[in-house]
Amino acid sequence: MKISFEINGASRTVEIEDQHTPLLWVVRDRLNLKGTKFGCGKAACGACTLHVDGEAVRSCSYPVKFAEGKQIITIEGLGDEKNPHPVQQAWIEEIVPQCGYCQPGFMMATAALLNKVPNPTDADIDQNIFNVCRCATYYRMRKAIHRAVEIQETNKPKTEA
Amino acid sequence: MTKEKKKLSRRKFLVRGGLGTIGVLAVGTYLFRNTIRRGIAGMVNTADTPYMGNTSTPIIWFEITAQNKVIVHSPKVEMGQGTFTSLAQMAADELEVGIDQIQVVHANSISGNIDGFATGGSTSVSALWVPLRELAATMREMLKNEAAEKIGISVSEVSVANGVVLGGGKTMTYADIARNVKEWDVPDTPMLKDVKDYKFVGKAIPRVDLKDKVFGAPIFGMDASMPDLLFGAVVRPEYIGAKYIGADISKAEDMPGVVKIIKENDFVGVVATSLIEAENAKEVIEAEWQVERNWQTADIEDMIKVGKGEPFLIQKEGDAEEILDDSEGLITSEYKSPIGAHAQIEPNGALAHVEENKVTIMMSTQVVKITRDEIAERLDMDADKVNIVPTFLGGGFGRRLHTPNAVQAAVLSKAVGKPVKCFFTRKEEFQNDTFRPPTHHVLKAKLTSEGAIKAIEHNVSSGDVAFGSPMLPGIAEPILGADLGAWRGGMIQYGAIPNFRTISWRQKLPFATSWWRSLGLLANTFAIESFMDELAITAKVDPVTFRLSQIQDDDRGFRLKEVIKAAAEKSGYTDKVIKGRAMGFAVSTDANTPCAQVAEVSVVNNKIKVHKVTCAMDPGLVINPDQVRAQCEGAIIMGMSAAMFEKMDIKDGQLTPTIYGPYQMALMKHAPKEIDVVLLQNSDTPGAVGEPPLGPIGAAIANAVFRLKGERLRSMPLELS
Repeated sequence: MKISFEINGASRTVEIEDQHTPLLWVVRDRLNLKGTKFGCGKAACGACTLHVDGEAVRSCSYPVKFAEGKQIITIEGLGDEKNPHPVQQAWIEEIVPQCGYCQPGFMMATAALLNKVPNPTDADIDQNIFNVCRCATYYRMRKAIHRAVEIQETNKPKTEA
Repeated sequence: MTKEKKKLSRRKFLVRGGLGTIGVLAVGTYLFRNTIRRGIAGMVNTADTPYMGNTSTPIIWFEITAQNKVIVHSPKVEMGQGTFTSLAQMAADELEVGIDQIQVVHANSISGNIDGFATGGSTSVSALWVPLRELAATMREMLKNEAAEKIGISVSEVSVANGVVLGGGKTMTYADIARNVKEWDVPDTPMLKDVKDYKFVGKAIPRVDLKDKVFGAPIFGMDASMPDLLFGAVVRPEYIGAKYIGADISKAEDMPGVVKIIKENDFVGVVATSLIEAENAKEVIEAEWQVERNWQTADIEDMIKVGKGEPFLIQKEGDAEEILDDSEGLITSEYKSPIGAHAQIEPNGALAHVEENKVTIMMSTQVVKITRDEIAERLDMDADKVNIVPTFLGGGFGRRLHTPNAVQAAVLSKAVGKPVKCFFTRKEEFQNDTFRPPTHHVLKAKLTSEGAIKAIEHNVSSGDVAFGSPMLPGIAEPILGADLGAWRGGMIQYGAIPNFRTISWRQKLPFATSWWRSLGLLANTFAIESFMDELAITAKVDPVTFRLSQIQDDDRGFRLKEVIKAAAEKSGYTDKVIKGRAMGFAVSTDANTPCAQVAEVSVVNNKIKVHKVTCAMDPGLVINPDQVRAQCEGAIIMGMSAAMFEKMDIKDGQLTPTIYGPYQMALMKHAPKEIDVVLLQNSDTPGAVGEPPLGPIGAAIANAVFRLKGERLRSMPLELS
């Protein structure tokens, strides 16, 4: 069957035999966007987190058929070196990654959180960011999340003259 | 403060000796003499691990691009520990280029720049500290010599800065100089610069891989790709000790996307056109396994007991045995740690492309050479036809110190004549991990009437860590006697105690146990430093003063005392419970790096909460203070995770759990809100960083809990009754 969706701003249609194929593998192996990672295949670690219609989704357990007509954003579409997302900018400033493998999932989860809760408390962060990082970079991640809020505030277009 | 270091031969660019050499020297005359074993144990515990690769010429290390950048081909892999950044700093300073002009990449195995050993043991920076700077300085002189010749002046008339040589009124970039040079004269190694003159060494340079990792670049083994790529899956055992007998593949052959089912003597695998198809086909292969015994957790706990297995005396001073022989005034405690999983997020796997006379393997591995040799042997090819292309590792932690799964990927690729990528599932990772072995510790001591330690003894029972590893030659086992990985951190570090000894009890377990970041350090320090706390309380002395009074007055003792004092001072250590929070103190020495930590905890709903950790560490000369701090922060939380949550069980022959969540780990909500790292540099050379800060945290937490609740937790994971 054919499944169409928008990914990182571009319309894409994929021909897929098994509509239960997790979105993760379509993104990684068919669309060649390798930034979204495989960690566990059971939505338990969050390495595969991307956005579907603005929501953080663990794509290893999200059948591709549900992506029909939706807007998907991956780490590659979140921002780039010239125009980093505030979360990516904060991750750079705080020098968060160590091995780096889980970091796209954390940044995607954080970006989705900031869409809903623009200035999260530590309790909000504890409750909403529950991916797994084996290098245990949590201490810097928390600092980076708070820093991302500041960057987001600074970047806001000024409404007053 | 200078440190007396054993000077290795400074004949330039000779391959330096290593662990293997220690074994060769000792064999023959002294094979079964215990004093020699103890001597070797002491050497392994304190000696700097030399670099075991080719440092004969800078040519295989550095590549100069047309854009005047220098590519450093690193024989050490980057798994998050920050080695690439440190190597860039060291190379840039001696090469006289800007840090932005340096790019560090993994050296392919056919380049000849291959580590003879591994990436592990917190040795990469310390082992390359002298050789890499010498190579970089030599390369700089080679470029200057070549420039002088091209310009037609004497080399004394040229100067160099930022990768540009000036002389005779002319300027030439390194790229200009290197262009069309076919042969380089390698001069004598020049003098290295003074450390104080370095521009990058010692500075908090951002990680060189930072942007790739923030913008999602495809840099990991699992991201590797090739044209015409197929996907493999291998049936892996689900039971402890399962031996592969054979397989019925009839159902799998007709599954969608299947290209071929490959039956070997030792495994069965499938190749399909997508990963999901390969996994689906694998699920319907009916493999037959022979299982000898239905293991349970209790069986393993019964094996891992001091008094069972083979004992080896690894440390002895005075006469602890006799003093601790009778029960009068004897203080004794037992401690335990469970089986731990690596649980690194990127599963093991490899992309293999086997062609007529050439093999290419792209993968995350800590052992490039061993993996190359294993593939060459299996495919009956020359090792120089096998090119291992290391990628960035999605976590190492010791899990990739043996990666024979690459051999399976190569066999699958050869069978279909196309590149094949083959990875573990998460369940397979948990079931086939090379686990951190469980441990059991018995500590005994007697105090003097003044409250000092008169005698102390540490007995540790553990599964193997280093023994059985392809890295350690089999010959080393009878020489060493005790497993150097199992007793890492197990020795008594308090040299002023007149009588002490450590005995390591070896137990071979029925499942694979191996290197797990810091090896025995985490469990051994938990036991020893919890016991030190018990002794301090018995002696009615605060734990900081108590420890300081047991330390000898030499260089090692000085550095140990300094981290203890720094951690106590920075944390404002007190024995008092303030506002429902208590502090716990612990200190360890790992690979010459002393590290003291203070944990500040509370208990809410019977659950331990760690609010703040203060960490004072002395790794010697610090190349990158930001990355040393990052290693401390990560190691502290990873150590917390192991000490407070992690535990593998064995149920009816199977290791369990097999997924994150049920395998409990520290998450964001458990991480301390404050981590305060103090770095001391009481040695003029860089030492170990990645593992030492994992040592004290378990005991620091348990000691704090005792002060708060009066309950002594002697078993990891730490749980209140």
